[in-house]
Amino acid sequence: MYETHYHRAASVADAAAQMEKAEDGKYLSGGQTLIPTMKQRLAAPSDLIDLRHIADMKGISEEGGAVKIGAATSHNAVATSPVVQRLIPGLAALAGGIGDPAVRHMGTIGGSISNNDPAADYPSALIALGATVTTNQRSLSAEDFFTGMFDTALDEGEIVTSVSFPVPEKSAYSKYPNPASRYAMAGVFVAKGKDGAVKVAVTGAGQNGVFRVEEMESALSSNWSSDAVAGISVSADDLLSDIHGSAEYRANLVTVMAKRAVAAA
Amino acid sequence: MTTVSMTLNGKKVSANVEDRTLLVHYIREAQNLTGTHVGCDTSQCGACVVHVNGEAVKSCSMLAVQANGADVTTVEGLASGGELHPVQAAFREHHGLQCGFCTPGMIMTAVDMIRRHGANLDEKTIRHELEGNICRCTGYHNIVKAIKAAADQMAAMKTAAE
Repeated sequence: MYETHYHRAASVADAAAQMEKAEDGKYLSGGQTLIPTMKQRLAAPSDLIDLRHIADMKGISEEGGAVKIGAATSHNAVATSPVVQRLIPGLAALAGGIGDPAVRHMGTIGGSISNNDPAADYPSALIALGATVTTNQRSLSAEDFFTGMFDTALDEGEIVTSVSFPVPEKSAYSKYPNPASRYAMAGVFVAKGKDGAVKVAVTGAGQNGVFRVEEMESALSSNWSSDAVAGISVSADDLLSDIHGSAEYRANLVTVMAKRAVAAA
Repeated sequence: MTTVSMTLNGKKVSANVEDRTLLVHYIREAQNLTGTHVGCDTSQCGACVVHVNGEAVKSCSMLAVQANGADVTTVEGLASGGELHPVQAAFREHHGLQCGFCTPGMIMTAVDMIRRHGANLDEKTIRHELEGNICRCTGYHNIVKAIKAAADQMAAMKTAAE
């Protein structure tokens, strides 16, 4: 790892001020992607500004038909939260399947979505549940937040402070993890909102990160069953193809994971 | 350089280290506790698992300075008064190791999973919970047996104490 300078932010404002002063700074949350990346010398920020101790950015609460999760809340805290388990069990199950137990104790929702790894689990939940991302500057929809592989709408120095998920009628997530890395080869989050709107979001498979499958959404709107999505396949054209699996293989996985998620919801 | 202080196995310790120092190197090299192992360079193997403020984390994927002020427990901190921790005793009893390199991480992960699941641990849960720990001798069978035995024994001890 190259040399770096660590700063523990006391507040969101303090973190933003520290970032202003840094030559080539990076925000550090759980660090479960950033620290391994720095170990490999694939990233070399001059300064690390730790957001994990900011009290305002932690915790889970029920607010007006939505579940609000502070950005510095760990995956384990989301997975084991009675509020999340009761209101959005699909989201609790997703958080409980990220990485492994040690990673879930450190990794945070804000860190995960800000990194927007194309194989990360959370982006699919944010899109399918129609979540709102709040930063230290504004609020924006999940659709506007995720802009491509490892890319988000965040401006320089902007900090995700919380994510708010409208409570759905039902939802579930199913993923096929890579047997070695445990990252999703394809993960599908299905949700039916209180207003009846259905959304299907896919992670792990797309070249440009998370995407929706509108054909599955309309099929499920009229018939919520595994059979409704069994005959629908996504085009392999924009899917990832690597040593772990071809685009065609991932396209097949998307249909299978969608069927399982619908059955589980 | 930053002075990093923490409570390590119940003892207050402090050392001046570079900000880029990983927690595992702080433990092994600044504090000379070599029970915590480095088994890979990719954050996958779990040989370095320690408890930070009571929760299992990979000490190779955390900077020492991130743990400044924390309460850290390593495998050396489990036994008390010359008595092995029930999980350590179960690993010995059930031969939950072959070469032993992954054992410190396996034990720290096991203690953490028993804390969270208690007596409800079944074989399937144990195997799922071990996802972040790799045994390169592939000796998982006895590791799983040892964890199950320790969970049962600790639950019985808890019941007896009540």
